Amino acid sequence: MHSDRASLGLKIAAAAGLLFMHLPILLIFVYAFTTEDKSYQWPPPGYTLKWFSVTWERPDVWEALSLSLRVAAISTVVALVLGTLCAAAVSRTRFFGREAISLLVILPIALPGIITGISLRSAFNLADIPFSFWTIVLGHATFCVVVVYNNAVARFRRTSGSLVEASMDLGANMFQTFRHVILPNIATALLAGGMLAFALSFDEVIVTTFTAGQQQTLPIWMLEELVRPRQRPVTNVVAMVVVLVTFLPILGAYYLTRGTEMVAGQGK
Amino acid sequence: MPEVAVSSPASRGLSDRLSDLLWSRQGLLILLLILPPALWLGIIYLGALFALLAQSFFSIDPFSGLINYEFTLRTYGELFRAANLDIIVRTVLMAGCVTIAAMIVGFPVAYYAARYARGKWKALFYLGVMLPLWSSYLVKVYSWKLILAKEGILSWLFETLHLSWLLDAYLLLPVVGGNSLSVSWTGTFLVFLYVWLPFMILPTQAALERVPPSMLEASGDLGARPGQTFRHVLLPLALPGIVAGSIFTFSLTLGDYIIPQIVGTSARMIGQAVYQFQGTAGNIPLAAAFAVVPILIMGVYLYIAKRMGAFNAL
Repeated sequence: MHSDRASLGLKIAAAAGLLFMHLPILLIFVYAFTTEDKSYQWPPPGYTLKWFSVTWERPDVWEALSLSLRVAAISTVVALVLGTLCAAAVSRTRFFGREAISLLVILPIALPGIITGISLRSAFNLADIPFSFWTIVLGHATFCVVVVYNNAVARFRRTSGSLVEASMDLGANMFQTFRHVILPNIATALLAGGMLAFALSFDEVIVTTFTAGQQQTLPIWMLEELVRPRQRPVTNVVAMVVVLVTFLPILGAYYLTRGTEMVAGQGK
Repeated sequence: MPEVAVSSPASRGLSDRLSDLLWSRQGLLILLLILPPALWLGIIYLGALFALLAQSFFSIDPFSGLINYEFTLRTYGELFRAANLDIIVRTVLMAGCVTIAAMIVGFPVAYYAARYARGKWKALFYLGVMLPLWSSYLVKVYSWKLILAKEGILSWLFETLHLSWLLDAYLLLPVVGGNSLSVSWTGTFLVFLYVWLPFMILPTQAALERVPPSMLEASGDLGARPGQTFRHVLLPLALPGIVAGSIFTFSLTLGDYIIPQIVGTSARMIGQAVYQFQGTAGNIPLAAAFAVVPILIMGVYLYIAKRMGAFNAL
């Protein structure tokens, strides 16, 4: 432990841990090209691009994708507004109930997803609310707030309060200060938070099964295929596309918050 | 700021006055900021939690199958039937095993990333944990269905190494074995470990980064062997981070119903019981009572974690 060089055992254990986290995902990419369509045979007997065109012509995949994108977009907007407001209030001042508010924001992801799901389901049941597009959004926006909040709160803490005071002293009113001073300072944090919220909503399945009724988001479509497989190669292709689609916002969020604080991932 | 000057005088007058009002009354400003998120979370989330709690005190009429909206503790009583107690014990055991395994597998990764990785390697390790953390949950579960399938890559690997007999012998073991890995508790355990591992690594790494290297050197200078330094210096200092990570792995395993449904035996876990009681069985009160169990367990867990200082490490 004296030297600054890691022991061989530690290196191997660390590398093995990283490989354990990555190899399974890479495997999906190979399976998307397999010619075998009845089983999960390894190694694949042959490779083909056929399943990409088959998937392209499946209307159910497109409908599920479209619903997922719409839900994620609206939930992200709601989460951005609520998360930013909450972060602004909590980071600027101390007030009665401040601790309670920050606990309330974190609770939807601290408790297991199934509790959020069954709670919303019971509430809809008691209030006689039928399932719709908006019941899905209600659930998603609720647990997306925390991601935006975490990113925004970290940035607000680093943004000096004297900037705001200087702006007001120079005659700008509050809205101008927000537009020209605060917003440019927190913009990248909000963008990163928004991207992560989008990725979180796009991928969510546990809460969604309780709030969607008969509607199919893309994760619910995948869950159906996992429980009752119809055309396995199509599932493989969709899985690969989902991995690629969620990697982009994660990488984007990483580059936006890089060098500031490692907060991007604390949300989930 | 030229842009400010061009905005129309009329609207500036109004926003100026509003701005003055808010600036002079900070309390009002905070109230306006906090009201929308507090209302949203308070009504939708807390409201829903209370609805859940309320439902758990109702019961289902055994003859009509309709919910009887009268206060009763009978539904909670049903939790103590042997079959239901089994579900709870099984789930808690699984959550405990997954948490301990995640600590063991995650620690070297976190330690290397915190203490030895520099520059490019640091970024690589960070992304190496973040990407699996954020990539699609269902895809991750699905990839393990591919790996653990009878004709899948793991069987192939054992066969290629001429070790099929070992896998077969393992599958014959009681409890952890089964027809194939994808329908065994071992499979369920591996998938849980895989899916929640990043949640353990991140807080552990954060805690390890706060341990000053000089302390480890001092311990060595004072004659401690590496093993002693690890046990008496490094581990106690990293413990809050590890406990913080264990909150995630434990809580997430406790409430999951999809992984044991896709990879595992037919014996149910709490999440599956909740899902089935509210869905096919239509017994929302019992589902609600079942859902209160993980809340209570997590309440106790969080209390202990707080005593161990885990919240300062989050």
